[in-house]
Amino acid sequence: MSTPDVPTRGPARPGPYIAAGILLAVAILVPLFVPAYSIDQPRLAGMPFFYWYQMLWVPITAGMVGISYRLVTKEDRRRREAVRGGRGARTEEQEQ
Amino acid sequence: MSALTVPLATTADRPVNGVALTVVVVLFILVAVLGFFAARWRAGKETGLHSLDEWGLGGRGFGTWVTWFLLGGDLYTAYTFVAVPAAMWATGAVSGFFAVPYTIVLYPIVFLLMSRLWSVSHRHGFVTPADFVGGRYGSRALTVAVALTGIVATMPYIALQLVGIKAVLTVLGLGSAQNVLLTDLPLIIAFVVLAAYTYTSGLRAPALIAVVKDLLIYLAVIVAVIYLPIKFGGWDNIFGAAQTKLDAVSPATGKPAGVFIPGAASYSAYWTLALGSAMALFMYPHSVTGVLATKSRNTIRKNAAVLPLYSLLLGFLALLGYAAISAGTKPIDLNGAVNPQLVVPQLFLDNFPAWFAGIALAAIAIGALVPAAIMSIAAANLFTRNIYRDLIRPDADPRQEAKVSKIASLVVKFGALIFVIAMDQSAAINMQLLGGIWILQTFPAIVAGLYTRWFHRWALFAGWVAGIAYGTVAAYNVVNPVTKANFGGSIAAIPGTNVQVYIAVVAFAINLIIAAVLSLVFRAMKLPDGKDITRNSDYGADEDDPKVAQLQREYPLGETGGPAF
Repeated sequence: MSTPDVPTRGPARPGPYIAAGILLAVAILVPLFVPAYSIDQPRLAGMPFFYWYQMLWVPITAGMVGISYRLVTKEDRRRREAVRGGRGARTEEQEQ
Repeated sequence: MSALTVPLATTADRPVNGVALTVVVVLFILVAVLGFFAARWRAGKETGLHSLDEWGLGGRGFGTWVTWFLLGGDLYTAYTFVAVPAAMWATGAVSGFFAVPYTIVLYPIVFLLMSRLWSVSHRHGFVTPADFVGGRYGSRALTVAVALTGIVATMPYIALQLVGIKAVLTVLGLGSAQNVLLTDLPLIIAFVVLAAYTYTSGLRAPALIAVVKDLLIYLAVIVAVIYLPIKFGGWDNIFGAAQTKLDAVSPATGKPAGVFIPGAASYSAYWTLALGSAMALFMYPHSVTGVLATKSRNTIRKNAAVLPLYSLLLGFLALLGYAAISAGTKPIDLNGAVNPQLVVPQLFLDNFPAWFAGIALAAIAIGALVPAAIMSIAAANLFTRNIYRDLIRPDADPRQEAKVSKIASLVVKFGALIFVIAMDQSAAINMQLLGGIWILQTFPAIVAGLYTRWFHRWALFAGWVAGIAYGTVAAYNVVNPVTKANFGGSIAAIPGTNVQVYIAVVAFAINLIIAAVLSLVFRAMKLPDGKDITRNSDYGADEDDPKVAQLQREYPLGETGGPAF
């Protein structure tokens, strides 16, 4: 109403978002599936499985979020450049 | 109960540990100086601290490193560091160790949601989550509901930070069972200093202090996690002692004292506690303040990948609760009763040289100051933006907003102080438990709004009312099996079943269902939508995209209007 809706990013390619979405879904769902780890054995350095398995998921999730970050920011940058590449770039896109 | 405490009361005054106390006082003074100095750190040259962007959001310019420390100090509060091991010590895995999966699933959720909130807030100059809801739905009722929920949920959370400081002071020997004023005096002094530097420096103070606090806490926990298992014969022994204690049948209830490894009956409680808490955490105003203070859209996403280091720290800290079982730590409070909150401070004092215990205790006490400052700033911003400006003075300029917010931050802090001094600690704990349930009820309005306008504003409001009502009643009906008091916990059966889950999650489900059904009904009735001032492009904007204020200068077409009901 008050301002024209100038796009800040170009159209998305679904690939990176789907890959990141799968990684993040795994990182949320697997640590919440309690029956898989609610056991004592095998122990690690005297720690029951229940405890060390959950601690192990901290770095695993961090890694998955890290990979998602790389995927998504790379695509984000590409989409931004697609818009900011100037008017010329956009008319080219429209002509195709 | 009183028969048990009376004979012990004469011996309850603890000796003061001089060396540890000196270390704590020196570190506290250092941090206070840092807090006042922070006002000049990266300060805006033209405006000083005379706007909410500067005072309340640190100039919206924190990069990855500062954000890592700030959010680390903001989310992993002193109370967490005291309460999680305390819960492990007292009742084991379900009430304590769920904090680990909670802080694991938290970060994928943050990754998904928070950069969109950052973008739209940056573009429109939103300072609080309620600002966003107001801009998105144009509903004053919904905005005020979100703002009030945030303020009410934050107040007891600040009070609990004081409980954390109090635990440290008690263990250090400050305080007396006879003289109440003397007991609370150090706490009052600490809080006056905190209030003063928050007032002058705003969000910059906790950001700078968080760096010191986090380094101290990492040092303390890493040393403890390596040294204590060696001292107590390895993790084998520690877990053995914990299992013996937790499996012992309590004569009061006829049930085991706690849970060592959850059985099938506790699965749903365990995962709903983790998921519900993770969804709720970034609805708290202090978390959103931390996010909006960052420099660019993806700063928070990068942090979602590096913040889990704190979760690892928290996991090991939780296990120190078990170490305290095997160490035979006796957390006896001033009145002679057992107070699990004292377990971790007492463990450090008993098993380390006084100077090192001083560092660990200082880390916990300073760790309380960081979130207390951020929480009071966040609550003050909510009051200023969504109550003062939206309801009382719509024409308030940025300078007035900063002034109101500074004063509100003082009011909020002293409110929390009175809460802790005048009322029982359990009142603060009960309120915080309720706060967690309530704050999750703002999730549909905030999060759904980031992706879609499908929900109707009044349907979201009705869902919020239903969720709050169910959550409050259900939490009240939980009775502590030993003391017979209400608000005995946050777990209850799903109505009509035997499945024990976190109350907040059921309340959230009710909230969401009502919001969805009523949205369909209201759309069919063609009830009017509010004015949405956001655009699709806003949700992907980055730091170098023009802000809406700039765009409006370039295209002065429409008028800005405050939200209507």
